[in-house]
Amino acid sequence: MTAVLTDPEEAVAGIADGSTVLIGGFGMAGMPVQLIDALIRQGATDLTVVSNNAGNGDTGLAALLAAGRVRKMICSFPRQSDSWVFDGLYRAGKIELEVVPQGTLAERMRAAGAGIGAFYCPTGVGTPLAEGKETRTIDGRDYVLEYPIKGDVALVGAHAGDRMGNLVYRKTARNFGPVMATAATLTIAQVHHVVETGELDPEAVVTPCIYVDRILDLSATEATP
Amino acid sequence: MKTTVKTTVKTVEHLGRGPLGRDELAALVARDIPPGSFVNLGIGQPTTVADHLPAGSGVVLHTENGMLGMGPAARGDDIDPDLTNAGKVPVTELPGASYFHHADSFAMMRGGHLDVCVLGAFQVSERGDLANWHTGAPDAIPAVGGAMDLATGAKQVFVMMTLFTKEGTPKLVPECTYPLTGLACVSRVYTDLGVFHIGPHGVTVVETYGTSVADLASRLEVAVRPLGQEE
Repeated sequence: MTAVLTDPEEAVAGIADGSTVLIGGFGMAGMPVQLIDALIRQGATDLTVVSNNAGNGDTGLAALLAAGRVRKMICSFPRQSDSWVFDGLYRAGKIELEVVPQGTLAERMRAAGAGIGAFYCPTGVGTPLAEGKETRTIDGRDYVLEYPIKGDVALVGAHAGDRMGNLVYRKTARNFGPVMATAATLTIAQVHHVVETGELDPEAVVTPCIYVDRILDLSATEATP
Repeated sequence: MKTTVKTTVKTVEHLGRGPLGRDELAALVARDIPPGSFVNLGIGQPTTVADHLPAGSGVVLHTENGMLGMGPAARGDDIDPDLTNAGKVPVTELPGASYFHHADSFAMMRGGHLDVCVLGAFQVSERGDLANWHTGAPDAIPAVGGAMDLATGAKQVFVMMTLFTKEGTPKLVPECTYPLTGLACVSRVYTDLGVFHIGPHGVTVVETYGTSVADLASRLEVAVRPLGQEE
């Protein structure tokens, strides 16, 4: 049963030190900023964070990094024009980095959510990112063995949800959200508004409620003046 | 024994002019994208190819962050923070657009559904190996993004780059010295000085700009042949 909450503190309650946290978003599109801000106040530390980027500017994931709560980043593209928080921590040796090709990052989480033990992937064969990994030739093509990435927690930014926990997204803010929602023990989604059960078109639901544990309804805080 | 395959198609040497400018290079790549293709344009210079696709080409642009049918950059009231391209630049959607999550977006690449991707490069080898994600410098922060997935997955990989670095070092090389992005994946290289095809017969010069095949051959360590003389 999905809990629909309006208090960000309640939404992130219980996240333990040392957790692996999957954080949605591609740059700032789809980034669950209010959940991250609540996680900073909640205080969990020694986190492993899995996200496409390693923070933009000073808000969202960048603020979590700046607060010193992240031990390790697993991402595809940390270095950006506005990733100064991560860059500083990395150059000072204060954060560990695992770089994963973007599609492999998504597929490793998809595998975790789908109960796949590991998969052979052609991406990265013959490159430094395949070093030390098992390889296999299948039907004349070379593949690298990749393992799932399972989260203790997923923080996802969706557009709207219903009271059962079904989610819909908006445009390219969808990105990693639906994949991460399947791949964590505890999935928490923030949405711009919550509708009554039955109001979302069942054909249009992207993340079915079975994957969602808590929804943070932002409509009260985002109400336009 | 080597045999020379003669064809009627000849390399075109554009000698009465200088090298291609950036816009001219983008236009050249756009010219060679087959109508109706599904295409991914990499971050940076490759993105500008979209500005040169002829109206009615039927080319459908894919962006790795989950969209087919991407339109031009958004301006003014059209800017929507939920609608960006791979470079996080606000863009627009065209009629017939669709959205999908990241695992689907990269399944499209890896599964061989994209016809063409256009990428920048630090180096391309004569076998078509690509190096475009990391200089290997000790203080560089590695960041790969979708480069390896695109290089491995698209049916055809076009590279857009200058042929030489600012220091004059060739970027079309016998072996890449920078960390690799993908093996034997590049089929065409578009540069300011000429267009190259990479195939089982090695590197062929299709066109030159402001220089000759003979001059390029003398400045590169890679064996380059004019069209019609592939071995």
